[in-house]
Amino acid sequence: MADLEIFRAETRAWLEANCPAEMRTPMRSEKDACWGGRHFEFQSPAQKQWLDVMASRGWTVPDWPKEYGGGGLAAAEAKILKEEMTALGCRSPLTSFGISMLGPALLKYGSEEQKKKYLTEIARGEIRWCQGYSEPGAGSDLAGLQTKAEDKGDHYLVNGQKVWTSYADQADWIFCLVRTSGESKHGGISFLLFDMESPGVSTKPILLISGNSPFCETFFDDVKVPKDQLVGEENKGWDVAKYLLGHEREMISGMGLGGEKQALGATVGEVDPLLRAEIAAFDVDALAFAAMSERFIDQLKAGEAHPAMPSMMKYAGTELNKRRHELIMAAGGSDTLEWDSEGSKGGKAARDWLRTKANSIEGGTSEIQLGIVAKHILRLPGA
Amino acid sequence: MMTLTDDQRMLQDSVAPFMAEEGAIRTQLRHWRDIGCKDGFGHGLWKQFAELGLTGVLIPEAQGGAGLGQVEAGIVLEEIGRNLTPSPFLTTSVTAVRALEGSAQAERWFPGILSGDTVAALAIDEGGHHDPSSISLEAKRSGNGFALSGTKQFVVQGASADVILVAARTGGSAGETDGLTLFAVGREANGLRMENVALADSSKAARLAFDNVEVDADAVIGDVDGGWAPLSRALNAGRAGAAFELVGVAAGASEMTFEYLKQRKQFGRLIGEYQALQHRAAHLYGEIEIARAAALKAAQLLDAGDPRAELITSVAKAKAAKTATLAVQEGVQMHGGIGMTDEHDIGLYMKREAVLSELFGGPRFHANRVAGLSGY
Repeated sequence: MADLEIFRAETRAWLEANCPAEMRTPMRSEKDACWGGRHFEFQSPAQKQWLDVMASRGWTVPDWPKEYGGGGLAAAEAKILKEEMTALGCRSPLTSFGISMLGPALLKYGSEEQKKKYLTEIARGEIRWCQGYSEPGAGSDLAGLQTKAEDKGDHYLVNGQKVWTSYADQADWIFCLVRTSGESKHGGISFLLFDMESPGVSTKPILLISGNSPFCETFFDDVKVPKDQLVGEENKGWDVAKYLLGHEREMISGMGLGGEKQALGATVGEVDPLLRAEIAAFDVDALAFAAMSERFIDQLKAGEAHPAMPSMMKYAGTELNKRRHELIMAAGGSDTLEWDSEGSKGGKAARDWLRTKANSIEGGTSEIQLGIVAKHILRLPGA
Repeated sequence: MMTLTDDQRMLQDSVAPFMAEEGAIRTQLRHWRDIGCKDGFGHGLWKQFAELGLTGVLIPEAQGGAGLGQVEAGIVLEEIGRNLTPSPFLTTSVTAVRALEGSAQAERWFPGILSGDTVAALAIDEGGHHDPSSISLEAKRSGNGFALSGTKQFVVQGASADVILVAARTGGSAGETDGLTLFAVGREANGLRMENVALADSSKAARLAFDNVEVDADAVIGDVDGGWAPLSRALNAGRAGAAFELVGVAAGASEMTFEYLKQRKQFGRLIGEYQALQHRAAHLYGEIEIARAAALKAAQLLDAGDPRAELITSVAKAKAAKTATLAVQEGVQMHGGIGMTDEHDIGLYMKREAVLSELFGGPRFHANRVAGLSGY
């Protein structure tokens, strides 16, 4: 225990000395997040400095092994680092699907060469990844995917289409589910990594109801993928895919926490008693969820979490976030309906509210998550 | 860390089978209910609690107790909830011990609590809704001590108690937390009238009428006009404890229900095969996990003396109550007709849940408190 307290004190001192003041202010919008990658434009020198200093310590991925660019911290130390960063208001130095999704899958299923190359790039924020999972005909029924990868000796030839590819138009590489065999639905899927600059890859942003385009359609037309970019065994990609989905759901469940340190009711100004009561009931659920979130991470790190728990967390967190934004809209009234005024910061409230509607769809719908809990945790018949 | 320590796990591993065997619904709750027991619980079982060291879970080691905390008390209470085990544990070993700790009265009552001979009760509510700051039962200076006049209700196990901890007003006015004083009143006090009331769940709670009940000055727990401090300690402990018991009630009811979904057939299929029920069951499962996490967080913060404990304790009580309400309602509904019968246990969960939800403040009281403590 004493060792951990020493670690806490040292960590706080290091953060105070090394985190630029500007990186200790709240993010104003999604644009303030540092995504890294070949084409990332840093918002300020402080943003780049913060990424570099954290990456050099391995603290962009504090609990990954040191040989892959991580900090090699134990679970309890990583938790302390997170707590101290929160206490000092430090922004996350790097937001990336490489960290939250691909990295954990590579740590479990990647070859030594793949881990050395890709994990190190992820830790330093050098490569920005996107996820090629859903297809026009394979949404909730993800394993029904049809994007084909033909064996051409030293490479695969990939043809097909993905959809809802988040930030595909800004990503450097893609982790992609492809069909390498038609003989079995789940047993014919493989997990490939490839460069988005490969000939034959094209993307087209999708305009959403929020007026923004975080998702793309992604097309593959005779894309050549070297065979050493296959993760795990051919036709065994579904295991990798499911494992990664657990981490994706864990990440998405974090939306249940909201970005604010304060209770929702303390941020919305004066409201009528009926709405105040609804918001108070929400804050009870949100604070209870925050406790659950902390417990879930502790259980995960201790190896005590049921493998289907990310589904429960994803369901609860996203439904909570949708409710949060319904209440923000109700509290703001017609102010929050403005779409393009200066006062509304370009319709931020309305656009954020509409964006949250995807939370309970992306990464597997709420109904899919409930089905997983019913089958794998409750063991209900025929689920 | 929000995982249990090895010692806490060992406690759970010993308490769970004990409560399932010795505290079972058939031999405890139904037995005492059906014979019309005036206490609503068995003193034999309470003695067994003492032999296991449970009655003194929160009593400091220096005073003969186990010197453990709210988390350990919570582990016991979750199993009590799961088995609907009637006992004075929550009122006596949790709230009363927290109210008495550090006071001169502690030395008088702790030995009996440790040995399982003493039952203590807490008299706070004066109307149908919990609202401790509005206490108006009056304690006037009289001779060497005080004279108490007024009424109390929902005094859990009041008629079985050897000592009743009475929150009274010695100063200030209703709505103020200053001017309250906590008194330890013996059951035989002159001028104290008691009506032993059976509640919906067959537990007992008394209505008390105080008509110039004289008590000595040494009956005061803590300071005169400073009763809010021991009262708050008792209430926080009771609320966190009730949250755990509610989680146990929810878990017990839902486990019974999920099992039923795997046995009951209609239209030639197990009803658990229907997605309409699967999704509701899965949702309920998640809510119980979340409520348990909130209760654990509250207990850990209370044990650490963290200032956020007040807020999270109300979060835990509100969340656990709402979750347990969902669990028993879904439980009765998914059992169908059999769930409406007295013969089946699921309805007993519904009745216990209603009482525990209200005890020390219902979910709306606590949601309102969460709002107040959050500054809105």
